[in-house]
Amino acid sequence: MTVSDMNNGGHSRREVLSRRQVLWSGARLMGGLLLLSLAPIRAWAQALEGMFKERTVDDVLKALGDKPTPSDQIVLTTPDIAENGSVVPITVKSSLPSTTDIYLIIEKNPNPFAAAFAIPDQTDAMISARVKVAQTSNVIAVVKADGKLFSATRETKVTLGGCGG
Amino acid sequence: MGSPMKIRAAIKDGRTEVKVLIAHPMETGFRKDPEGKTIPGHYINEVVAKHNDKVVLSAVWGPAVSQNPFIQFQFVGGTPGDSVSVTWKDNQGDSRTDQVALS
Repeated sequence: MTVSDMNNGGHSRREVLSRRQVLWSGARLMGGLLLLSLAPIRAWAQALEGMFKERTVDDVLKALGDKPTPSDQIVLTTPDIAENGSVVPITVKSSLPSTTDIYLIIEKNPNPFAAAFAIPDQTDAMISARVKVAQTSNVIAVVKADGKLFSATRETKVTLGGCGG
Repeated sequence: MGSPMKIRAAIKDGRTEVKVLIAHPMETGFRKDPEGKTIPGHYINEVVAKHNDKVVLSAVWGPAVSQNPFIQFQFVGGTPGDSVSVTWKDNQGDSRTDQVALS
C-alpha cells in the first residue's frame, strides 16, 4: 500500500474512480429520465418559442393561426383589480368540446404571450395559474377546441406593477 | 436541482384534483439590480404532470408566470396508491421532478 492509497482511507485509486463513475452514470440516468418525461412536449415547446418574443397581441394571434372567435363557453376568472400585479390569479374553464389547448395572453405586457397549457382527454379543460400583469390590461384566454381558436377577454386593473421596481 | 415542490393531489368524486406550488424565482430578464445592470432571465419554460405514466397536463411558459408558480387542475380517475408527478425545466438548464402518492 502506497502513501497516496493511505490518504484515500485505504481504498485504491481505481476503487475511488469507479465509485465516481457510478455516481456519474447515476446522474446521467436521472437526466435521461427527465428528458424522457419532457420529451412529449419538446416539439410543442419549440413551436411556441417564438410566440413568447412577440410584442403585440395581434402578432401573437397571427402566430397562433386564425383570429379567435369570442365564445361564452369560456369562463375567464381574473380579479377586477389586482393590488399586486406580480401575482394575479387566473382561472380558465372551457366548456367547448374537444378543448386541447389553453393560452394566456396579457395584452399590455412587454411580451403578451404568457403561458400555454395542453389538455389531454383525461384532464378537465380548466386550469388555474398566477401571472404577472405589468399594468392595467386586457387578459385574453385563447382556447383551441376541435382545431379552432376561441377567446374570452377580461380587463384587470393593476394598482402596483408586475415587473418589480 | 431547485427546491422541492409542494404537490397536493386529492381524489374527489371520481376525479383527482392537483395543486402544485413550485419554488422558482421566475426572473423576467427585464429587471435591473441596484447598480443598473440587467438581471438575467431565469424562468421555468416547460412543465409536465403525470398520473402514473400518463401525461395529464403539459405547459410551456414564459417569464410572465409569477414567481413561485402555482397551478391547479383536475383529471378523471385516480385511485389510492397511484403516483402523480411533476417535472419542470428552466431556461438555464436546471430541472426537477417531484412526486406524491394518492391517498
